[in-house]
Amino acid sequence: MDALTENWDLILDGFLNTLQLLLGAGALALVVGTLIALFRVSPVPVLRGTGAVYVTIFRNSPLLVLLLITYYGLPQLGINPSFYWKIILAMGLYTGAFVAESLRSGINGIPLGQAEASRSLGFTFGQSMTQVVLPQAFRNVVPPLASVFIALTKNTSLAMSFGVAEAAFRMKGLVNDYATERWTIFIGIALGYIIIVEAISLGAALLERRWRAER
Amino acid sequence: MVAVEGVQKWFGDLHVLKDIDLNVRPGEVVVVIGPSGSGKSTLCRAINRLEPIDEGTIAIDGSELPAEGRKLAQLRADVGMVFQSFNLFAHKTVLENVMLGPIKVRKKSKADAEKRAMELLTRVGVESQANKFPAQLSGGQQQRVAIARALAMDPKVMLFDEPTSALDPEMIKEVLDTMVTLAKGGMTMIVVTHEMGFARTAADRVVFMADGQILEEETPQEFFDNPKTDRAKDFLAKILKH
Repeated sequence: MDALTENWDLILDGFLNTLQLLLGAGALALVVGTLIALFRVSPVPVLRGTGAVYVTIFRNSPLLVLLLITYYGLPQLGINPSFYWKIILAMGLYTGAFVAESLRSGINGIPLGQAEASRSLGFTFGQSMTQVVLPQAFRNVVPPLASVFIALTKNTSLAMSFGVAEAAFRMKGLVNDYATERWTIFIGIALGYIIIVEAISLGAALLERRWRAER
Repeated sequence: MVAVEGVQKWFGDLHVLKDIDLNVRPGEVVVVIGPSGSGKSTLCRAINRLEPIDEGTIAIDGSELPAEGRKLAQLRADVGMVFQSFNLFAHKTVLENVMLGPIKVRKKSKADAEKRAMELLTRVGVESQANKFPAQLSGGQQQRVAIARALAMDPKVMLFDEPTSALDPEMIKEVLDTMVTLAKGGMTMIVVTHEMGFARTAADRVVFMADGQILEEETPQEFFDNPKTDRAKDFLAKILKH
């Protein structure tokens, strides 16, 4: 247990970095994903095309490749945001494609009559989406969105390869330093991830319950 | 008030609206009847361009319906629509359903919108349900809320697309009563329905459609007692037997 008890501050710091990546990339993914989902159902063909191309590129590229591109490629184009932002950018854009597709399935699940009723009241496409369709679509896609964010939580461990001192990075260091306690370390770090993932599941369950009570 | 001229529409090879002309005067109640697949619902939905048309023009109060965009949205705001399946916003309470259009489209203050919404809900007799969600209401109540929601926009004309077809028999009356009151109050109405009783009592004019064409346009008295075309005679014979 020494490996864990003697280094709890390092481990905690690692998980704080994991959380930081999760929150940053998660927020970016929500914004980008919502926008791309709107593009994909919009009446404007150019926007629909843009949305489809976005999803094709970012859903089909390995996350590690995207990380490599932002990490080594962006500086060559003269764009050089800080270390963290490059990783958050790659993870956010990647996860955004999955958010967009989940949300699009939610939008498609809302009866057409809801949009027709809002249009017949004189709503523009944008108003109809933000007031009527999206709020209902989000309610329908809480379970798949939770899965997307749980996947993101686990994907943040890839940042280790770029020297970000998040939880998996700390684990690797400790495994090297405490060769006899490897299993203790694995289990300790796993528990940390489980706590984060369970928090996401719990949040999703609470949202679902609250929204179900509303109808 | 509503001027439909030379309207044609195809669904693929199917010619669903054949050279439709229809003029509705302010305050007039026009009931459109006809067998299923006759194009009457499509016509009703075309009037606020929920269905685009292929040829011809449709004008509301003198202004022709534009293609998609902000201008079309403004025109739609003046045309109230009541659907067969109610289409109340499932995530909003009854009161919010009625307030949403006036606040977002007419830019009314929340207080004004709420006051007017409560008046309208009282008028259609569902004021006690104001804070419930649509799914907690009966079909008849939901449809009356839908009528209140459309009225809240102060429309120039109201379209009803088979408003009672999804209702249990005993709820049909409460919705029809609301519509009769509205008609007597001078609202311009176009009603697609199978309710012949409503057509007889409330209509100024009955339009009979079959196979995408308007075959007869008469006063209800004349249409029900002396139908001219064989198609109309056949239709009336079938539905009035029971």
